[in-house]
Formats: sequence, structure tokens, C-alpha cells
Amino acid sequence: MDVVLDGIVQAFWLLARADSEVVRVTLLSLAVSATATLLSVAIGVPLGAFLAMGRLRGRQGVISLVNTGMAFPPVIVGLVVTVLLWRSGPLGFFHMLYTPWAMVLAQFILSLPIITGISMAAIQQVDPKLRLQLAALGASRLQTFWVLVRETRLPLMAAVMAGFGAVISEVGASMMVGGNILGETRVLTTAIVMETGKGNFAVAMALSVVLMAMVYVVNAYLTFVQQRGRLR
Amino acid sequence: MTLLRAFAQRAVDSAPQETPPAVAVRGLVFQRGKQTVVKVDTLDIRRNDVLAIVGPNGAGKTTLLLCLALLLVPTAGTIAFDGVRAKDMLRQRRRMAVVFQDPLLIDMSVQENIALGLRFRGLDRQTITQRTGYWLERFGIAQLAHRRARELSRGEAQRVSLARAFVTQPEILFLDEPFTNLDGPTHRALIDSLAAVLAETGVTTVIISHDLKDVLHLASKVAVMISGAIRQLGRPRDVFAYPLRDDVQAFLVAHRTGGGLAAP
Repeated sequence: MDVVLDGIVQAFWLLARADSEVVRVTLLSLAVSATATLLSVAIGVPLGAFLAMGRLRGRQGVISLVNTGMAFPPVIVGLVVTVLLWRSGPLGFFHMLYTPWAMVLAQFILSLPIITGISMAAIQQVDPKLRLQLAALGASRLQTFWVLVRETRLPLMAAVMAGFGAVISEVGASMMVGGNILGETRVLTTAIVMETGKGNFAVAMALSVVLMAMVYVVNAYLTFVQQRGRLR
Repeated sequence: MTLLRAFAQRAVDSAPQETPPAVAVRGLVFQRGKQTVVKVDTLDIRRNDVLAIVGPNGAGKTTLLLCLALLLVPTAGTIAFDGVRAKDMLRQRRRMAVVFQDPLLIDMSVQENIALGLRFRGLDRQTITQRTGYWLERFGIAQLAHRRARELSRGEAQRVSLARAFVTQPEILFLDEPFTNLDGPTHRALIDSLAAVLAETGVTTVIISHDLKDVLHLASKVAVMISGAIRQLGRPRDVFAYPLRDDVQAFLVAHRTGGGLAAP
């Protein structure tokens, strides 16, 4: 219990004096996870809509793949990305390993199936007759997509929250492809693992409080946007 | 012989050029699996006609209407509009409008719902405001303009759905049982509004109805559809008074005794 209280007090002081390392680690965590989530939204929502609306051959197989992807273990994603980005690997020429971009790539792979899967389920919930009505109103495919996204904006915001939640809290992939390098690829989760390993429980607890506070603020904002959509 | 051919050619040239029907159906077949749902050999819908399609449940009425509205692709056959087979489906769809049994409104305001078809067509804001304003007034729902569409009663929602169709100034209007599940007074009020608007606009209309009184009130022609085929087509009073087939007569009798229409 002392460790928890000590951690909260330390977190307060770290934030109060705007500790440069904590600020840097927090901002990098936010930047990496937000970028990965935005990329996943940009690709996952249209892909989800396409899978929900399309009649392509092998659709069932792709959906099974997406659903499996929702349960990808981060360490396996980390391993695959490491192999891909390794100097002798197929994407080695990008020299991305142990950079924030490698972490973005790994987190993108983790959040893409989550956002795609939830988007697809949300759009499939829409009355099929509504799609017929939109076609009858003269909507093009793109216009139909936009109206359906608008109609499902509440579950789609839930998809964004789930995707962001999954990547901001993962540690395995970020540790493997980022390397937890001080000042370069250290993010909150990898720092917590490191401090715990060193026995600095209070610092680890302080960083956990910062992480939880950040997750709460981001989700509170997304919830505000979501519920504003409901009332409109 | 040459003289005869020239004479024949002149006779062809001088023959009055009949305008092609607004909708011409030839050999239309729609199959679901191995089951033939619709099989219509010939159907011509003339400009300004109001064609009612009646028939028992499962006769294929809605499937036929969806094929005509280019929302379903038939298994075989052709549909020509003004004598031309549609190549660009989206463009042709934008010349038509469909009102379904369910109003199917989007979760936005009444005004935005009515404007939706115009926004899809890329019309400017001023035209959209002007036209939606007119149709809001025309269907007596101007006071609902800023209400959320999902909060409307069924009668109000169906008025919005009709306004949303008419605002696009369709050349052909398709109505799929738009007055089902409405209470008596709302049903009558909507039928009266629709009859007035149809008379005013003269839009070519295809309406599916279960109510033979509505057919008499609205339609210039009626097609009785049974088991996927059109069994009789003609003016409503003629068809209702002189059914030419037993199955048509049986259907009409069932509906008359069901309170749909007094015996002629």
C-alpha cells in the first residue's frame, strides 16, 4: 500500500515540476499510439465498410483473419516486425528498427484488426434496407460510405477507443522494435517495465499513474465527442 | 417493284412517331436460386401514368419494383427508359425516386433528410434550401424542419420520406406500400396529399398497394400480379369489374371481402 501511495505522490511531483524525461516519454507514448490509431482508422474504417458491404470472393476468410488479428499477441507482432525491419530483413533498407516509426508500425498492426473488426460489425448492424434507400436516393458508393459512417459514429468511436486502448497499453512489441532507448524510443509502458525490473517500484507506480491519467484524458475526450454525436 | 418499295417506305416515314414508353420491360426474369420470383414478358409504363401493382403477398411485386428502380439486377430481360437501356445506373437512378414501406430516415434533422438526395446530386446550397423549403411546406411538415428525424411519428416520418422523394424532381416515382401500418386518419390524409401532388406534378408513378380503394383513388392503370407474372393490366375500374382470369377474380374477391373495396 505504501508503494502505491508513494507512487501517487511521486507522480504528482513528477508532473508538478514537469520532469523533462517524464514529459518526453509521455509525449512520445501519445505521439506513437495516436499516429498508429489514426493510420488504423484511415485504413480500418473503409476496410471494415468494404467487408460489411462488399460481396467479394473469400470475404469469409478475410473476416476470419481480421477477427483473429483482434487477438494478436503483441510479442508476436513485435517479433514479426523485428524480422521484417532487421538489417538483413526484407524492409531492412528503411533503417527503421529501434526508431519510433518501428513502434508506430507494430502498433498499427495491432490496432488495425481491432478497428476494422468493430467498424465492420457496426456497419453490418445497419438495416440493409437503408443501403437500398441510399442507392435509391442516388448516392454513389463513396456517398453511401459517408452516410453509413455517420450513422454508425457511436460504435465507430468505440472502435477508435478500443484501438487506442490496445496500443497505448501494450509493451511487448514496443520493447522489441523500439528497444526502450532513453530519449529516443522509451515510452511509458517500456519505462514501467524497466523501472519495475530495477526494483524502483515507486517510480514505476508514478509512471503508471501518468499512463492511466493520460488514457483517461484521451478516452474522456473521445467519449465527449461520441456522446455529443448521440445528442445531436 | 421499285415504285411499290418507295411507296411502302413513304408510308413508314409518314407514320406518326409514337413516343417510347417511360419504362419498357421485355422478358424480365428474376430468379432467387432456382425459384423464379418474377417473370414479366411485356410491360409498358407511359409518361404520366400512375400504375398500381396489386397482388397477394409473395407475388413478386416488390422484386419487380426494385428491378424497375435499378436496385436489383434481373436474371434476364431488359428495361428501357424512354426507349433507351440504362448504361450508367447511377445517372439513371438519379432520375428516379423510391419511397419504401419503412420511411428509412437518416439520424439527422428532417430538413437534412429531405436535402440528402439533392446533396448527392451536388446541387448548390441555395437551390437545396429553396427546394426543401417548398416540399416541407407542400407536405405540411415545415414546423418539423429542425426536429431529429428519429423522433417523428410514423405518419410524420412517411411525409418526410415522400418529400425527400419529390424534392429530387424525379421523372419516375416508385412507391412500395408507403401507407401500410398507418392509422386510418393518417392514411387518408397522406393519400389525399399524394393524390394532389401527383396530379400537380404529373410524375410517372409505380405504386404497390394492398388497398384497392387507394388504387381507385390514385392510379390510372392497375396490374394484377400473381405468382411473379402480370395476369391482367388495365384501367382500375375495368380490371376490378371484369377480371379476365379465375386467379385474378379470386384475388379481387378476397380483397373485397377483406374490406378493401365494395363490389362493383
